[in-house]
Amino acid sequence: MYDFAYHKPASIADAVKLLAADPEAKVVSGGHTLLPALKHRLNKPTSLIDLSGIADLKGIKKVGNSIVIGALTRHVEVATSEIVAAAIPALAYMASHIGDNQVRNRGTIGGSVSNNDPAADYPGAVLGLGATVHTSKRKIAADDFFQGMFTTALEADEILTAIEFPIPEKAGYAKMKNPASRYVMAGAFVSKGPMGVRVVINGAGPGVFRQSAMEAALAASWAPGAVAGVKQDADGLNSDIHGSAEYRAHLVGVMAKRAIIAAG
Amino acid sequence: MDTIIPFEGIGASVRRKEDLRFLSGRGHYTDDINRPGQTYAWFLRSPHAHARIRAIDLAAARAMPGVIAIFTGEDMAADKIGGVPCGWQIHNKDGSPMAEPPHPVLAQGKVRFVGDAVALVVATTRPQARDAAEAIIVDYDVLPAAADMHQAQAPGAPAVHDDIPSNICYDWHIGDKATTDAAFANAKHVVKFELVNNRLIPNAMEPRAAIGDYDPTTDEHTLYTTSQNPHVIRLLMGAFVLNIPESKLRVVAPDVGGGFGSKIFHYIEEAAVTWAAAKVNLPIKWTADRTESFMTDAHGRDHITQAELALDEEGTFLGLRVVTQANMGAYLSTFATSVPTYLYATLLAGCYQTPTIYAQVKAVFTNTVPVDAYRGAGRPEATFLIERLVDVAARETGIDKIAIRRKNFIRPDQFPYQTPVALQYDSGDYFSTLDMAMKASDWAGFEARRAEAAKQGKLRGIGISTYLEACGIAPSAVVGALGARAGLYEVGVIRVHPTGSVTVLTGTHSHGQGHETTLAQLVSDRLGVPVANVDIVHGDTAKVPFGMGTYGSRSLAVGGSAMVKAMDKIVAKAKRIAAHLMEADVADIEFDRGTFRVAGTDKTKSLTDISLAAYVPHNYPIEEIEPGLEETAFYDPKNFTYPGGCHIAEVEIEIETGIVSMVNFTAVDDVGRVINPMIVEGQVQGGVAQGIGQALLEACVYDAQGQLISGSMMDYTMPRADDLAPVSVATHTTLCTHNPLGVKGCGEVGAIGSPPAVINAVVDALRDYGVRHVEMPATPAKIWSIIHANAPRMAAE
Ligand SMILES: Cc1cc2nc3c(=O)[nH]c(=O)nc-3n(C[C@H](O)[C@H](O)[C@H](O)COP(=O)(O)OP(=O)(O)OC[C@H]3O[C@@H](n4cnc5c(N)ncnc54)[C@H](O)[C@@H]3O)c2cc1C
Repeated sequence: MYDFAYHKPASIADAVKLLAADPEAKVVSGGHTLLPALKHRLNKPTSLIDLSGIADLKGIKKVGNSIVIGALTRHVEVATSEIVAAAIPALAYMASHIGDNQVRNRGTIGGSVSNNDPAADYPGAVLGLGATVHTSKRKIAADDFFQGMFTTALEADEILTAIEFPIPEKAGYAKMKNPASRYVMAGAFVSKGPMGVRVVINGAGPGVFRQSAMEAALAASWAPGAVAGVKQDADGLNSDIHGSAEYRAHLVGVMAKRAIIAAG
Repeated sequence: MDTIIPFEGIGASVRRKEDLRFLSGRGHYTDDINRPGQTYAWFLRSPHAHARIRAIDLAAARAMPGVIAIFTGEDMAADKIGGVPCGWQIHNKDGSPMAEPPHPVLAQGKVRFVGDAVALVVATTRPQARDAAEAIIVDYDVLPAAADMHQAQAPGAPAVHDDIPSNICYDWHIGDKATTDAAFANAKHVVKFELVNNRLIPNAMEPRAAIGDYDPTTDEHTLYTTSQNPHVIRLLMGAFVLNIPESKLRVVAPDVGGGFGSKIFHYIEEAAVTWAAAKVNLPIKWTADRTESFMTDAHGRDHITQAELALDEEGTFLGLRVVTQANMGAYLSTFATSVPTYLYATLLAGCYQTPTIYAQVKAVFTNTVPVDAYRGAGRPEATFLIERLVDVAARETGIDKIAIRRKNFIRPDQFPYQTPVALQYDSGDYFSTLDMAMKASDWAGFEARRAEAAKQGKLRGIGISTYLEACGIAPSAVVGALGARAGLYEVGVIRVHPTGSVTVLTGTHSHGQGHETTLAQLVSDRLGVPVANVDIVHGDTAKVPFGMGTYGSRSLAVGGSAMVKAMDKIVAKAKRIAAHLMEADVADIEFDRGTFRVAGTDKTKSLTDISLAAYVPHNYPIEEIEPGLEETAFYDPKNFTYPGGCHIAEVEIEIETGIVSMVNFTAVDDVGRVINPMIVEGQVQGGVAQGIGQALLEACVYDAQGQLISGSMMDYTMPRADDLAPVSVATHTTLCTHNPLGVKGCGEVGAIGSPPAVINAVVDALRDYGVRHVEMPATPAKIWSIIHANAPRMAAE
């Protein structure tokens, strides 16, 4: 990696100050996405702002009818949280299937959602539950947050602080893993609750997206067979050495059905 | 003796001595070595698959902090440094030698694959060297690439080497064309088949590394390197590249974290750091990162083959015709040329009595990293072809796939068996390994399991492979006649110390195989010394006499045999000393596991009594016998060894996604005498894991411009524990008839026998879909498209 300065602020305000002062700075949470990129010299930040010393970014709470998860919360903590298991088991299930033990012990929800890798798991849950993204500046609805491959509504000097998940009536998640990376080839997160009926597809396209035809079908009748008649268009889906767009389009249907079964 | 020593000799599953060191992080690998004043190397590598170098501007890079020196191909040419050599010369059909283009250490005028080294930067730290490499400006004239064998042989294809416009390295053949053609003319059935043997990226856990060190006071060069065969590197690099006499060149290969063939070869980085260390008069360390491993370690396999099998009415094989194209990559790696010829086409009889075989092999240059031996080397390619072909033949003739194999097997009473493709098999019993594997895998109960799986929406398939391989390489005179530029004997030194512990020097090299245990067991078995008191020394040309290293499952069959010969000499000498000490006739001295006895008496001496007498020769026949108890033996094998056996794979396919799951794997192998059953089991399981990897997971992909698409673990699927099935391993022994231990070798059988078993199972699972063949790797996407393409037909039926 290239040389950089290192800061470890203790508050969100200090972190934002550091970030605003240096347009070439980057925040680091679990580092499981950023550090490999630095090692490959794909990224050349002048300074790294390590968020791990900020207590306000940690923890999982139930607030009214929502679960609020701090940005620095690690995947393993979400996977094993009793609060999450009781309120949104699909979210705990999803977190428990990210990467491997090492990744789940380091990677954070804030890092994953900010990064918005099209093949990542979390964006599926955030959009699929109609969550609200809390930042150092404002609150952003999931529907407005994800803006395509590796792009979000976050501004350069803005830090994701927490995610607020409304508790659904039911929710389910299913993914087909990429055989090599074990990230998502095609996944579906479905839910029914305060944010309506949602069918969100991750992995298959250049960014996470709502499958509105499937949502309509599922709203009309909540049953595994409900989406069988909806064909995902292959146009615009990802195509690579692991699978064609047609294959991914097919998998979208299969994963949606499985997610509905999982949701019950 | 009152302490009871557990039996640690031949046949005991002694725990691996080396594992304490490895599992507790105390292994000592090349990158763990640091020399005083050490500097670091970074290689600037070509981003293009094929380009002419117009100019290299080093000015900015030279001014970077920490830079000690930067070298390019011009500097090496000025020093008259040659290219790295190829170790095996193949001749064309017409008798002319193969095309053998130079492989410069640093590119000379042209780059030929992504990763080809253009410049070597030496700096105080590794990041500084890398920073400076990024500041080098290379003016490339990018040329169209020949990224695969189709592109390389298309009309008007770019020439990888300007003076080889056809991109053909050799066009070679073996066998009798006329008799084979005649067999086809008279055949009732001819089964034709085209298949690909997929290109693989080895990915040893430890990346390659090399440290060059030069001592100006003695003019001695030392290379520490991740090698399976340090003497071979010393010979090739000293004699053919850098012109350093052996007496002034030491090559050390310390602990090595996996090789699988990829660390046999003499790589340019080794020569570059050795040469440059003397230029700058400082030690230089280079350690590959994983990206460089993907890009620059020699890849494996990569064949395209058309095969035809002729059969009579009853399914007896009459003849086999094979045309293979083999990818060499951009340059000839050390043993690349031998892999698709003498390690492949000579295996095409398999374990069958095919009376006549004719094979043609064309080796093709492409703008990709060199391809060379990878676990199994040629034999997996041959086995995949034969065992797929036999399955297809069974289907197309309507003969049961087991029956057709049994009908054509070489029978136990036919050994020694001369094949039509040069090899003479010494022993084997393919019927027994087949029977054992069918029983262990419950072959008979399969259809019930298939019906059960169908209820869960899964397609279950079973596949078999009955294979044979040739290893224990190799008789020097034979390989010499075939073009090898080296002998393939092995050396063993047995040093019995004064108080009875033993040091063994062996020219073989352990990079995960457990030699420190297995070879110690040979000593324990013969000399009665506890394994804990036997040390195996390997991997240092300053300590060990000239040996050829480890590959081709040769360490026990060849290296172990050398040790047996040396122990014979030890015992013969010790008996003479014992005779003297016990005042008996040497003919009356009996020896058994450490005890010398005067026959028919209770007079005994221990090995320690003898060794002490040998080194403290106060009461000693000094006029007749030299002091000391140390013997050296070189052993040149009389033949290859021929392990064989039967592998049975069972898979389930999820129809919706195309995911193939391994549900069961049974291996019954004849590896000759088993020294350590636990280690054999581990070797077979590891090989099977790699075979399953090849069959289901691993795909090396270059795009049409020659960029490596599968260049990281994110895109290249290495097998993981949950990709595998329980692998049950059993052995059935027929002894090798020509080496003193009766051993055959177990290092590669897993990777050789398993891929066709897995693909045969996949094809069997898809039997209702009219599928004749599935190319490796059988990824979910590939299987789904097969199912998807045939679904309308299925619905119609
Ligand atoms: C081997 C491996 C396997 C993996 N498998 C999976 C998988 O199966 N599924 C999956 O979804 N992911 C997977 N990941 C990714 C893993 O979940 C990452 O850790 C995660 O995506 C990023 O989280 P992080 O905390 O490590 O972020 P970091 O690497 O620290 O940061 C990632 C990016 O987000 C920015 N960032 C971090 N935190 C914030 C914040 N609070 N506010 C604003 N910006 C921020 C950083 O500046 C950086 O650009 C895998 C990673 C590895 C190494």
